[in-house]
Amino acid sequence: MKAEDLSERLLKEFPDLASSFSIDKGEAVVTVSSDVVHDTIERLKGFGFNQFEMVTAVDRGENLEVVYILHSLGMKVVIWVRTFVPRDAAWVASMVDLYTAADWLEREVYDLFGIEFRGHPDLRRIMMPFDFEGSPLRKDYVDENIIPRPDYI
Amino acid sequence: MTGYWGGVVWGLGAGVLVGISTILGVWGERKVAGHIQKRYGPNTAPVFGIFQLVYDLLKLLTKEDIHPKQARRGLFNIAPLFMTTPIISSLVIIPFAAGWAPLDTSIGILFFLAVPSISVLGVLFAGWSQRNTYASLGGLRGAAQMISYEVPRSLSVLAVVMLAGTMQPVTLMGEWRIWWLPVTLIAFVVYFIASIAELNRGPFDLAECDSELVGGYFTDYSGIRWAMFMMSEYGGMTAAALFGSVVFLGGTWPLSGVLGVLVLLVKTVLLVIAFMWAKWTFPRMRPDQLMATSWKVLTPMALVQIVIVGVVIAWL
Amino acid sequence: MTNDAQGTAAEIVSDGPSVREMVVNVGPSHPSTHGVCRIITHLDGEVVTEADLVIGYLHRGIEKIAENRTYLQVVPLTDRLDYVGSMYNNWAYSRAVEKLMGITVPERAEYLRVITCELQRVASHMMAVGSAGNDAGATSFFVLAFWIREQVVDLLARLSGSRLTYNYVRPGGVSFDIPEDGWVEDLRALCKKTPAALEELDRLFFGNVIAKDRTKGIGVLSAEDAIAAGVTGPSLRASGVDFDLRRDEPYSVYDRFSFDVVVGESGDSFERSRCRLLECYESLRIIEQALDQMEPGRTTAPSIPRLIAPPAGEVYERIESARGTLGVYLVSDGSVRPWRMKVRSPAFTNLSVVGTLAVGHTISDLVIIVGSFDPVFGEVDR
Repeated sequence: MKAEDLSERLLKEFPDLASSFSIDKGEAVVTVSSDVVHDTIERLKGFGFNQFEMVTAVDRGENLEVVYILHSLGMKVVIWVRTFVPRDAAWVASMVDLYTAADWLEREVYDLFGIEFRGHPDLRRIMMPFDFEGSPLRKDYVDENIIPRPDYI
Repeated sequence: MTGYWGGVVWGLGAGVLVGISTILGVWGERKVAGHIQKRYGPNTAPVFGIFQLVYDLLKLLTKEDIHPKQARRGLFNIAPLFMTTPIISSLVIIPFAAGWAPLDTSIGILFFLAVPSISVLGVLFAGWSQRNTYASLGGLRGAAQMISYEVPRSLSVLAVVMLAGTMQPVTLMGEWRIWWLPVTLIAFVVYFIASIAELNRGPFDLAECDSELVGGYFTDYSGIRWAMFMMSEYGGMTAAALFGSVVFLGGTWPLSGVLGVLVLLVKTVLLVIAFMWAKWTFPRMRPDQLMATSWKVLTPMALVQIVIVGVVIAWL
Repeated sequence: MTNDAQGTAAEIVSDGPSVREMVVNVGPSHPSTHGVCRIITHLDGEVVTEADLVIGYLHRGIEKIAENRTYLQVVPLTDRLDYVGSMYNNWAYSRAVEKLMGITVPERAEYLRVITCELQRVASHMMAVGSAGNDAGATSFFVLAFWIREQVVDLLARLSGSRLTYNYVRPGGVSFDIPEDGWVEDLRALCKKTPAALEELDRLFFGNVIAKDRTKGIGVLSAEDAIAAGVTGPSLRASGVDFDLRRDEPYSVYDRFSFDVVVGESGDSFERSRCRLLECYESLRIIEQALDQMEPGRTTAPSIPRLIAPPAGEVYERIESARGTLGVYLVSDGSVRPWRMKVRSPAFTNLSVVGTLAVGHTISDLVIIVGSFDPVFGEVDR
């Protein structure tokens, strides 16, 4: 299914998403604020997005962007759900109650970006050692072991 | 030769035999595995792959004998002896030539069934003394497995003992007739399978299974002590094959004298190759399935065999 | 951020084993973890009551390193993600870059990508199936499966110059055209003779009664659980979900081939491993069709600059790798280096169900379950 067909069907079902819905490079994107992201994904799950493909974060300076990508096995299409959280109070609601796949994926984002997933049953570090401190994938992360790469290009 | 010094001499001889059979067994196992797996290996290495054997020996002899810090030192040290010694001592009752065995005793068969079971102690000692979870699990599995498989193994030998009317291996081999083979075929199959399990070899090698328990009860052993476990495995395999050929296949039958010894050796080697064939063909069983096989399949089979033999004896 | 939730390794180990329980630390270096994975297993006798997977031992921070490399320098990094199926990572990343830049890839390059990736699927599945058999103790099966893999890897080495990390698929096309030394003929010969070898493997392990006893009914994953847990690829299809990206959301030139999607029924370890074996037949079919359809032409898109600076934006591209849906999420800020690269690795999500599946089975089954999901820790830990 193309993103255009999806937008038609989705907006007929949920007209209130019209303001936050857009199509970017052929992908359907829903941009919502961080307090309603759980509700949005719950509604999308009811609409037929049964696979939680991934969640990740992007460092956008002031804010951290959290991107959820959901996939529908029936409609054969993906949808992005984007939200922004402030850098120093980074938290969103956990999706573990909707999809069990969110368990490890959210732990990874928590580990590498320091975004807290409220409601997650087992929020521990997953990639880094348990006693590690800091959020390595944030752009302002500094570590004495990092050797700056000389600019050869 | 009998008496105290006789025991010493035959014991040493059996030890040498176990040593030789280990060396040849390791070499043969590599070749058999190479052929079964269709790969370049010892089966294609120069001079029959004999150099790999030499390197293996050198490596085992020169390797450091590591003692884990947490191990119970005394038991850790003597456990390999408990594995190897019973195997060596059990060999003395084997009639190597027609009418002659190093120790010609009237309870020879009972001796052979009973004495190697002492190595259960070695398994338990090794498993417990390392204080390592893999080894403990391996030791417990090994002990349970060896004790359970004693039952079908002994029952299967009983069938032949009934036919021969004696427990003296030399007499039994002399009495052996070719028609015993079809009559005791079930017993032979049971004996073969139970012996594999008794030796902790694949497909029943769950006491040491490398994919679950790393090395089972000899996880932390190295060097010469590890080699002693290998000796008990290959020596035990040789002993089981020798005993099987004597009891079920007639030993030196149909020849006697030096040629008879050769016949016995050929039968033994064929059985050993069959043991290796089984190991390299089948996947490993799970502990509960293994126990079920012993108690629900092999033991009833052996009992049925005893009934059959009883009917045959009554009919004669 | 609070550290309360993390705990330390020591706390987790001492976390409540009662007198009846035994804690076995499977890994990080263990023959059956297929890499470096630690499974803290609580045993009641032989039965697993709790299995906690600790991963991250192979975490090299590739996503962080990629932020400091130019777009072309990232391609060799992606090789190191899934080192059993490097082609897929190259391809997924290249597709993301191509989409960012709006490059159209020449048709011959697309066919070459399909051929190499399907060869890679055979190689990867042989490794997966073989080591799943090795976990069950079938050593000969493992070696025979590797024999097939070896022939495939030899062909890939002749094409790309390397056996494991190919660096072959690049943004804009592929790095080399087919060599002139009879490579195509050898590939056709391989496609002819491999099905017989696969048949033999099928009978040797999946027809064996002990292997059936060991793997059937072990680690049953229902279709609903599999979908909810994000399991993809052969592991999902083994649970009876008929979904394959190559057929259902065709990318590249996959819509021009006819092939069947192998779907299992029960979702146990037996089905998961066997589905992988059966997929190899379909891969060989696709390769034969691709060889027939392929026409001469360019293998790289014209005028790709050495220093790529895509316009700012985000893309997410997915392909069907040997383990499942492999996605690359790429954010460009308009400079010569990616702002953020995220790899959605199928092995990571597939592995996350192992802890719950293993409970109630014995420790012997635990290694079978781990093996049946075919985790590659380069990709799990990244």
